[in-house]
Amino acid sequence: MSINDPGSGTPSAISHFEEVEQSEPFVRLKRRHRSFVFPLAIAFLLWYFTYVLLADYAHDFMSTPVFGNINVGLLLGLGQFVTTFAITTWYVSYANRRLDPLATEIRSGLDDGLATRTAAGDNGEATR
Amino acid sequence: MSISIMAAAAETTTVGTPWINITIFGAFVAVTLIVVLRASRNNKTAADYYAAGRSFTGPQNGTAIAGDYLSAASFLGICGAIAINGYDGFLYSIGFLVAWLVALLLVAELMRNTGKFTMADVLSFRLKQGPVRVAAATTTLAVCFFYLLAQMAGAGGLVSLLLGIDDKLGQSLVVAVVGAIMIIYVLVGGMKGTTWVQIIKAALLIAGAFVMTIWVLALHGFNLSTLLGAAAETGGAAVLNPGLQYGLTDLSRLDFVSLALALVLGTAGLPHVLMRFYTVPTAREARRSVVWAIWLIGLFYLFTLVLGYGAGALIGADRIKNAPGGVNSAAPLLAFELGGPVLLGIISAVAFATILAVVAGLTITAAASFSHDVYASVIKKGKAAPGSEVRVARITVVVIGILAILGGIGVQGQNVAFLVALAFAVAASANLPTILYSLFWRRFSTRGALWSMYGGLGSAIILIAFSPVVSGTETSMIQGVDFHWFPLSNPGIVSIPLGFLLGWVGTISSRTLENPAVAAEMEVRSLTGHGAEGATEH
Repeated sequence: MSINDPGSGTPSAISHFEEVEQSEPFVRLKRRHRSFVFPLAIAFLLWYFTYVLLADYAHDFMSTPVFGNINVGLLLGLGQFVTTFAITTWYVSYANRRLDPLATEIRSGLDDGLATRTAAGDNGEATR
Repeated sequence: MSISIMAAAAETTTVGTPWINITIFGAFVAVTLIVVLRASRNNKTAADYYAAGRSFTGPQNGTAIAGDYLSAASFLGICGAIAINGYDGFLYSIGFLVAWLVALLLVAELMRNTGKFTMADVLSFRLKQGPVRVAAATTTLAVCFFYLLAQMAGAGGLVSLLLGIDDKLGQSLVVAVVGAIMIIYVLVGGMKGTTWVQIIKAALLIAGAFVMTIWVLALHGFNLSTLLGAAAETGGAAVLNPGLQYGLTDLSRLDFVSLALALVLGTAGLPHVLMRFYTVPTAREARRSVVWAIWLIGLFYLFTLVLGYGAGALIGADRIKNAPGGVNSAAPLLAFELGGPVLLGIISAVAFATILAVVAGLTITAAASFSHDVYASVIKKGKAAPGSEVRVARITVVVIGILAILGGIGVQGQNVAFLVALAFAVAASANLPTILYSLFWRRFSTRGALWSMYGGLGSAIILIAFSPVVSGTETSMIQGVDFHWFPLSNPGIVSIPLGFLLGWVGTISSRTLENPAVAAEMEVRSLTGHGAEGATEH
C-alpha cells in the first residue's frame, strides 16, 4: 500500500488524500486544531518572554515584596508553573472534546475506503 | 546549626561514606539490569528495538520522558544554582518546563502520526529522502554527542564528590564503568530496557526530591516565606531577587535572553525526546505522555526551588562552594544534613542513575538515527536485509558507548558545562524550524530544510567556537589563547532566528515544487493518525 511508503505511491492512490484534504470534515478539523494551538502557543511564548525580560531587566520591580518574604518575581515565576499546568489541562480537554472525535471519524472513513480499494486490487506492497 | 555538626558533615561527605553510596548505586544497577534482561525478550524487529514495540502507555512514557529529561544538570545544577544565586537559578529552571508546551501543542502528536522511529522520518516524508535524512542524522548526532559528552564529564565530577575518588585514574575508571553498564543496558534492552531504566530512575529521583522537600518545609513550619527568610538570613537578601547570576552586566543579561530562547525552543527539537513519542501506540498516548511529563517535571522543579533555598539556608553558599564538586554539591550536602549518610547515599545513587539513564537514552537515539536514517535509508536505499538494520544499530551503540567513555575521560577537569546549553541551541536552531515548517507549511521545500538544518547547526557551532566559553576568559575551555569575537556564551539569539530565516529563504527561492499530493497525504495523516503504526503484537 502506498499509504505506508511515503513519496512513492501511485498518483491515483495519492490524489485520494488531496480529496480528503479538501473535504469539509478535514477542513473543519484542521481549523479547529490550528485556531486553538497557534494563538495559545504565541500567547504562552509572549508571557514567558515578558517574564524573562522582567526578571532580566526590571530587577527593582521583581524585587518588590508582596507579603512576608514573597516578592513579585517569585509570584510571576510560580505563575509560569500555574499557566503551564493550566494550558496543558485546557488543551487536553479541548483535544478530547473537539479534535479526537472528528479525527477518529475521518480516520475510520479513510480506513474503510482503503479496505475497499485494496479489495479492488490496489495492492502495491509496503516497503519497510 | 551548631558548628560541630557542620564540621562533621564536611568531613563525612569527603571521606566517610563512599561505600554506602556504592552499595546503593550497585543495588540500583542490579535491579535495573534484571528489569532490562526481562524486557529484552521481545527485541526482534526494528520497531521492538528502537520503539519498544510501541507498547508503553502514556503515563509510563511520560515518566520515562521525565527520567530522560531531568539530567544531573537539572537536579544537582539547579539546586546548586538556587542555593548560591537564589532567584536566578529558579529563573533558569522555568525555561526547561515551559518548553514542554511547544512539544505538547505543536509537535508530539503530529510527529507520532507521521513518523516511525526518528525525527528524519517526519522531515523526509514529503521532501527528498537522501539529503534530508543525512542532514537530520547529522544534527541528531551532533546534539546527542554534545549532550553525551556533558553527561560523561558530569559523571567524572560526581565521582570526586560522592565517592571520594580524586585521582585521574580512579575517575577515568568510574567513567569507563558507567559507560560499560550503559552499553549493556542499550545493547541488550534496546528502547524497552532503556525506557524501564528511565522510569525507575524518574520514580527514585522524584520520590527522593519529594521526601527532602517535605523535610525542608517541615523544618520551616511548612511556610515558604519562612524558608525564604532563612535563606536570605544565611545568603543575604539578594538571593530572593533576580540578578545575582545573569544580571551582572548588559552582556550577561543578553546572554540569558539567548539561553532562554534556546531552552524554550530547544526541548521540542531534542532528538532523544522526539524519539520517545514513538514508544506509544497512538497520538493520544503521545499527548498523555507529554501531559504526564509536564506534571512530573513541573513538580520536580518546584521541589528544587525548596531544596535550593533549603540548602542555602541550612548549609550556606560558602560551604557549598568549598565542597568538592562546588555548586553541584548543594543537593548531596543537604541530603546529608537532613538524613545523614543513608539519605546522602540514596541521593548520590540517584544522581549516578540519572547520568546512566540519560546517557542510555542519548545512545539509543544516536544509534537509531545512524542505522535507520543513514545505513538503511541512504546507504541501502531502504532495501537493507531483514535484521541488518538492528544489527547495525547494535554495533553503533558499542561505538558510541566507547566514544562517550573516551570523550568523558578526555574532557575531565575541563569546563564543558556549556555543552548542554549548546545541545539545546542546536536543537532549537537546526531541528525545530524544519520540524515546524514541514508540519505546518505546505510549500516548505527540500532546499529550505537543508539550509535551515545545516545553517542552524553550523552557525551555533561556529558562534560557540568563537565565544568566551572556548577562549579568552579565565573559565574558558582553552586557556592561554584568545580568538573569541562573539561576545555571548549562548549562540541561540543569533542561530535560532537564522535557522528559521534560512528555512524560509531556501523555500521561497526553490524553483522545484514538492509533490502536492504527498503534502496532502502528510497533512491528513498528521492530524488523523491514519496509517500510523500501532503497537506490535507479541
